[in-house]
Amino acid sequence: MGKEKIKINDEFYDIMPPEYQELVEEATYGKESRGWKDVGEAKELIEEHSLCAGCPESIAFRYVLACLPKPEDTVMVGSTGCTSLVFPHVAVHNIHSLFGNQNAIASGLKRTLALRFPEKVKDVVVLAGDGATVDIGLDMTLQSWFRQEKFTTICFDNELYANTGGQESGLMQKGFVGKMAPAGKKFDKVPLPEIARNSGCHYVAVMTVSKPNRVEKAIRNAILVAREIGPTYIQLYTPCILEIGKQMMEGLQEMRDSEGPGKRFEFKEYVSDEAKVFLDEMDAERKRKKKALRAARAK
Amino acid sequence: MGNYRVLAGPEAFLPPSAACAGVVLPDPGQAHIHGEIFHEDVAMEEAAKRFLSAKVPTIFPGPMVLWNWNPKSAKKATAIKAMYDELKDHNPGALLIPMPDYRPKYPKINPEIEINPNHPNLTVWHNKIDVCMFVGVHCHQANLSLKIIRGGTNCYTIAMCAMAGHEDAMLSFRDATPDKIWKLVEVIKDVRKSL
Ligand SMILES: Cc1ncc(C[n+]2csc(CCOP(=O)(O)OP(=O)(O)O)c2C)c(N)n1
Ligand code: SF4
Ligand SMILES: [Mg+2]
Repeated sequence: MGKEKIKINDEFYDIMPPEYQELVEEATYGKESRGWKDVGEAKELIEEHSLCAGCPESIAFRYVLACLPKPEDTVMVGSTGCTSLVFPHVAVHNIHSLFGNQNAIASGLKRTLALRFPEKVKDVVVLAGDGATVDIGLDMTLQSWFRQEKFTTICFDNELYANTGGQESGLMQKGFVGKMAPAGKKFDKVPLPEIARNSGCHYVAVMTVSKPNRVEKAIRNAILVAREIGPTYIQLYTPCILEIGKQMMEGLQEMRDSEGPGKRFEFKEYVSDEAKVFLDEMDAERKRKKKALRAARAK
Repeated sequence: MGNYRVLAGPEAFLPPSAACAGVVLPDPGQAHIHGEIFHEDVAMEEAAKRFLSAKVPTIFPGPMVLWNWNPKSAKKATAIKAMYDELKDHNPGALLIPMPDYRPKYPKINPEIEINPNHPNLTVWHNKIDVCMFVGVHCHQANLSLKIIRGGTNCYTIAMCAMAGHEDAMLSFRDATPDKIWKLVEVIKDVRKSL
């Protein structure tokens, strides 16, 4: 579809605030090769954000939006938490769900979209914090995976409840003392990626957002596999610099320090057999296309 | 119908919805003025008079007419622009201010160039708008805005609603089509001639 549905009526073009004019002129809807490199170049799909300055969630959010294969045909489902402060500024359809309900809402939404638009591909992508995904919404998260709902769940893992001041979350690391968890975490970080794999997810990836290429590949894989096969899960470390006492320039280093071998956010990827066949085919197709394009250019 | 009349405010910090106060919506072919049901033609004349006697008559087009998402929206846009041009010709102070979407904008909106349903009073106050018309705003957001405007400002509100009308406006049409908007343009022209 691309941009044809995102046009301003001529009569009103000149009175629209500039951010809308720019969005229509420069945003990357409909561009097949869209990706993280568009961030900062093309008009971003986030106008502005109200997260803390330097919060890694803000760049992670931009990568996610820049990597959606079809933003104009995507509906995102958010939940309460720091991410919900950004959603009102996002130029992609989105629904704010009651804290923890995001995967239940997404299940109904995905099924309804499939019935309502049988001839179209509509992607549903959940984006929520660790508190929403792993604690209060764990039931909904898991049930959607058990039921093989065809959408992607992305968790911005900052290892605590950031938006309410630093309470303990299931994804908090053992022993960590939060501003509002003074006794220290008594048990291990919940192994949600492993649980996701055992609960039926066909593509699972864990990483920080320090390497945008990798994030882009994972997001695309997850969304395309969810479209064709079944549930997928991505867990991204987006440290809450405010709660762990870092300065606004220190988010990137914190992520780099946490992704080395044996560290909590060492890159991990799981692909089911079915998904692997699909992704390999897609890769081969992409290569074929590239080759054909090169051959055509050479003529 | 109760005794409540939907009048320009400021009424209260949180005025009740006019529906709660007993105001009912017009049937097809009708409109309401201050909560009382009239033939649509009567309301057209009243709306034209209000617009033409205003210091700062303003049209607030909402997303359904700002964005070219179907052929009907484009036709409505043409009619709305014609109405604005007529008002502006009569009174150079007339304004056309968009409500491009409903997101709560941070850190704040620019009330000179836009209106937001979550704090429409800022735009009304800033521009000293005394008569306005909502068109192309989804009903829920229009009701919210109309109530806030009635609650906190003295602006006279008109709704050109594509559905069943708005109790919370001081004057509301229903079933707005491009033709109906054009008809109001013609009525404005006629009333202007008779001034
Ligand atoms: C049903 C419900 N319970 C509790 C809350 C309070 N609440 C708001 S944000 C939040 C924590 C969010 O934590 P997380 O999901 O990790 O997101 P983050 O802010 O860390 O990005 C909580 C408990 C709420 N808004 N709704
Ligand atoms: S509280 Fe933490 S997670 Fe939330 S915006 Fe600030 S730095 Fe980011
Ligand atoms: Mg969190």
